[in-house]
Amino acid sequence: MDVTELQQLGDHIAASRPDNVTGCAVAFGELNVTARREHIVDLLTFLRDDGQCLFKVLIDICGVDYPERDERFDVVYHLLSMRNNLRVRVTVTTDEDTAVPSAGEVFAAAHWYEREAFDMYGIYFSDHPDLRRILTDYGFRGHPLRKDFPVTGHVELRYDDELKRVVYEPVELAQEMRSFDFLSPWEGAKYILPGDEKADGASTEGEG
Amino acid sequence: MSQQDVDLRSFSMNFGPQHPAAHGVLRLVMELDGEVVERIDPHIGLLHRGTEKLIEQKTYLQAVPYFDRLDYVAPMNQEHAFALAVERLLGIDVPKRGQYIRVLYSEIGRILNHLMNVTTQAMDVGALTPPVWGFEPREDLMIFYERACGSRMHAAYFRPGGVHQDLPQDLLDDILAWCDTFPAFLDDLEGLLTENRIFKQRNVDIGVVTAEDAMARGFSGVMVRGSGIPWDLRRSQPYEVYNELDFKIPLGKNGDCYDRYVCRMDEMRESVKIMQQCINNMPAGPVSSTDRKVVPPKRGEMKQSMEALIHHFKLYTEGYKVPAGEVYAAVEAPKGEFGVYVVSDGTNKPYRAKLRAPGFAHLQAIDYMSAGHMLADVPAILGSLDIVFGEVDR
Repeated sequence: MDVTELQQLGDHIAASRPDNVTGCAVAFGELNVTARREHIVDLLTFLRDDGQCLFKVLIDICGVDYPERDERFDVVYHLLSMRNNLRVRVTVTTDEDTAVPSAGEVFAAAHWYEREAFDMYGIYFSDHPDLRRILTDYGFRGHPLRKDFPVTGHVELRYDDELKRVVYEPVELAQEMRSFDFLSPWEGAKYILPGDEKADGASTEGEG
Repeated sequence: MSQQDVDLRSFSMNFGPQHPAAHGVLRLVMELDGEVVERIDPHIGLLHRGTEKLIEQKTYLQAVPYFDRLDYVAPMNQEHAFALAVERLLGIDVPKRGQYIRVLYSEIGRILNHLMNVTTQAMDVGALTPPVWGFEPREDLMIFYERACGSRMHAAYFRPGGVHQDLPQDLLDDILAWCDTFPAFLDDLEGLLTENRIFKQRNVDIGVVTAEDAMARGFSGVMVRGSGIPWDLRRSQPYEVYNELDFKIPLGKNGDCYDRYVCRMDEMRESVKIMQQCINNMPAGPVSSTDRKVVPPKRGEMKQSMEALIHHFKLYTEGYKVPAGEVYAAVEAPKGEFGVYVVSDGTNKPYRAKLRAPGFAHLQAIDYMSAGHMLADVPAILGSLDIVFGEVDR
């Protein structure tokens, strides 16, 4: 599938559902459609049933977190058309409180993917029959794939021989979590190297 | 006493998390009416390690080994998807020899996986000999893994740009010799199972999936081919050199556990053919891109050239920066479509890497596939779904 054909398909989608689609672009040989959150079910139904699309297979639903944005989450749907041998990616945005309509009515496979996005990011899906956590532990708190969730987590567990059960305790690291940021300092790394703080003061006094 | 007078009770039962037929750590909460399954609620995540979060912390090269630990039955196939995604973002090409090596080892992975699946599924339905037989050729294949990359399972061999190291000729000769012996083993294995009365009683018409449902439930791989949909990414969206190779896509008719078994057996035979073609057609040349801004130089070069030393240092500390953008790259892994969705923000680490595991969609459907079946059919269905928790839980 070359780029112009994908672009035509994107135009077709945008023209057929102008209320639902906010943009279409082809990048890296893939068709990206950005959509309005409240119309996502309508758009997915169209993509599934339209003769030129026939995206009958839901490949994946996942979240992406951009904490600096107003609506911090992207919800990304990947669809596959086996008939036309095409793929499409549909993206909508949302925030911590606003629910995205569930795609479970359109694709039976959506339920677990939405549970996963809820578990990992705390994205809510309205009309989901069973929006429970899926991958994390029973009783887990927080949403681990959010960018502001620490890699180390908050609790660790061990077997307590006196209580004869597994107990949860706050994470205690024997050594501080080291995050290696190897971006070159002269190409935009955002940390201050030891000694850098002197640089401003030193420059006024001239080179020693 | 008539049937109505009996106080009928439905049972709620836990299957696993530690159960030999659960293929790992799976907990199924089952509601049974007598011995008939009414509903299954799978509880997954007992092997959740936060792979996606960890990948966000690592450079692109450091992220590769995490993919071996997803579907640990066929490790290199997972790396393949990640390598393809990163290569597409970077816009680099893999030299022909590298592509052939990748295909060769992907097919070794496919046989590794199908051998494990077919034989353990047979064990789930009562046949004890197949796994004992099947692990012997698996061992041979793992030795081929080890001879290529130094490790039986945790390969880290398919890296963005190509493969890590070239294969010595004697290894290729040995693989070719193995390919000649393996079909005879498959014949023996089929002799145990294909027409076996008990095996057929346990698998024929069990866990039937229609083509329409297979699509709606996001199935891929053998799970759709068993239902008669001719869909294989190696053929329909070819990557590497698959479009230059001659192989068939086995299809099932009925979409039951038995058809999926037959598909897997035939796929192994096709994989052997692909491996033979790969070795016979493999050209000489580099195995990895010569773009020194992405692929580190070899150690020998490093001792001679200052520039190579600089590249080596830079690539193993800072890594390489990947242009901003998002791609989804998928391969036909043995279990189905394994895909990686990589979002790059232009730095040396992935901003987001979502791993699309085929087993996740398949396991989700176990409720639909098992409802109305007997309790004893659940392990048969679970076995034919081909679940490995490394990839389902991630």
